[in-house]
Amino acid sequence: MSAEQSPKIVIVDESPVRAAILEEGLREAGFTQVVHIREMQSLLARIYAVDPDIILIDLENPSRDVLEAMFQVSRAVKRPIAMFVDQSDSASIQASVEAGVSAYIVDGLKKERIKPILDLCVSRFNAFAKLQQELERTKSQLEDRKVIEKAKGILMKVKGLTEDEAYVLLRSTAMREKKKIGEIAQSIITASEMLK
Amino acid sequence: MTAPLRIGFIPLVDAAALIVAVDKGFAAAEGLEVELVREVSWSNVRDKLNIGLFDASHLLAPVAIASSLGLGHVKVPIAAPFNLGINGNAITVSPALHAALMEEIAGDRVDPMATAKALAKVVAKRRKAGAEPLTFGMTFPFSTHNYQLRFWMAAAGVDPDEDVRLVVLPPPFMVDSLKSGHVDAFCVGAPWNSVAVDLGIGHILHFVSDFLARAAEKVLAVRQNWADKNPDVVAALVRAAVKSAEFIEHPDNRTEAARILAQPERIGVDAEVIQRTLDGRLKISPDGTMRESDRYLLVGREGAGRPDPVQAAWLYAQMVRWGQTALTAEGVNTAMAVFRPDLYDAALSIPRPTDPPAPFSAFVGPAFDPDNIRGHLEAFEVGRWKA
Repeated sequence: MSAEQSPKIVIVDESPVRAAILEEGLREAGFTQVVHIREMQSLLARIYAVDPDIILIDLENPSRDVLEAMFQVSRAVKRPIAMFVDQSDSASIQASVEAGVSAYIVDGLKKERIKPILDLCVSRFNAFAKLQQELERTKSQLEDRKVIEKAKGILMKVKGLTEDEAYVLLRSTAMREKKKIGEIAQSIITASEMLK
Repeated sequence: MTAPLRIGFIPLVDAAALIVAVDKGFAAAEGLEVELVREVSWSNVRDKLNIGLFDASHLLAPVAIASSLGLGHVKVPIAAPFNLGINGNAITVSPALHAALMEEIAGDRVDPMATAKALAKVVAKRRKAGAEPLTFGMTFPFSTHNYQLRFWMAAAGVDPDEDVRLVVLPPPFMVDSLKSGHVDAFCVGAPWNSVAVDLGIGHILHFVSDFLARAAEKVLAVRQNWADKNPDVVAALVRAAVKSAEFIEHPDNRTEAARILAQPERIGVDAEVIQRTLDGRLKISPDGTMRESDRYLLVGREGAGRPDPVQAAWLYAQMVRWGQTALTAEGVNTAMAVFRPDLYDAALSIPRPTDPPAPFSAFVGPAFDPDNIRGHLEAFEVGRWKA
């Protein structure tokens, strides 16, 4: 595939999972020249070594400011231009910032070739964020379950209840106080520790 | 008011007036509901402000000017109705560079001309020995830190683009980079200089107030068109910031202010380190040497909160000096129009002060006159601009 068909893309991302998701998407879409940079030390030197046409960086990465310096370095061979340089396309700017991805495009790359890449990044970033949220939810559910088990144990011991009775008491209290069962369980644990 | 205001900030002590305004209830007292959003890069703050994801932000004064001029990025006119900080930066050097400078220094070690001349000697020696050029870290191409480092070293003939390397580093990475030897020195705001000293890996060589008596640092920034549409909100924000700055500046409140700022979701470092900055009493060397300055960081005292367009013109002159933009009359006017003392005065219902603000004063060069930037720049030997 000639360089004209496949621009060189650098992904600057400290999250290996997200970078992999993005890289896979780009390759599936036919962008074969993709390099992932994880190491933030000497970032500019690493980028210059690859000499990319497009640099993608997640907005949670403080090294975005390092990239901004590239606009000012006159000795650089190629000067990237800001992604948001085209003020007319505010919808895609907004979408990309909200998804948490920023792109820097080296001057000369045609706009119609950038658009599909950016759209793909936005959708992959959003997919990753969803995945992350699900993971968090599962984690907190697991955490809740542990807390509930512990609170049940305390109730069984202190009040002489069976396991089922302890659970029913927790659940009905949570409903009455309009709280999550995990929160009620946590306050039982806290209270019992204070009374020790 | 319907939706809460979203205001971005970078975890630095000079966001104090903004953070305390929200967390101590000064904003609520003005009828404002504010959501503070902590950010990791100035690029993010700028972009989110520019596209409207933020209503206002803590912003590097030169970024507000660059944005209004369309330098480095899209052109979005910014208005700064409140100055969040004057001064507050310091230059920290590695123990090795500190030793080298102290070996060469002739004169008072807090005299910036003496240290700059010592730097020039160290640079010359290294070149002779075939050593790599010294590397200095700063925060952003359009940053006070960039201009302050350049202003200082160029005074002794050190060309910041030829004789040393200047690299951008996010503030939280400064200390690690000094430790790993990736940089030999850096210029940054609080708390990072103190963090380096506490870890025993850096010496504070200068408070920037050693060579610029009064330098606008961060501003409270809003989009110009948003300010036009929401004058009451802007006024309320200014009043909240003014009250917050007054609170912080009162010595009795410093401990509480430092505690508020130290919270993990705000600046997230030890309250004691933050208080050192607010008090202007800093440990400058790993051996425990302290240094005090009543000019280290001005949050509201001495009229620090009122934006001064002369400061904007000086920053614009630095952009010109180092080749970031060409000198034009329109450029000067655009830069100066970013700083809005009129909005500040209107918010407080005070008349325009009759006393002029303190003149811009530096350790080298002629007095700064915004009407004659060309003449001012011609007085400096080192620079990247074409007359």
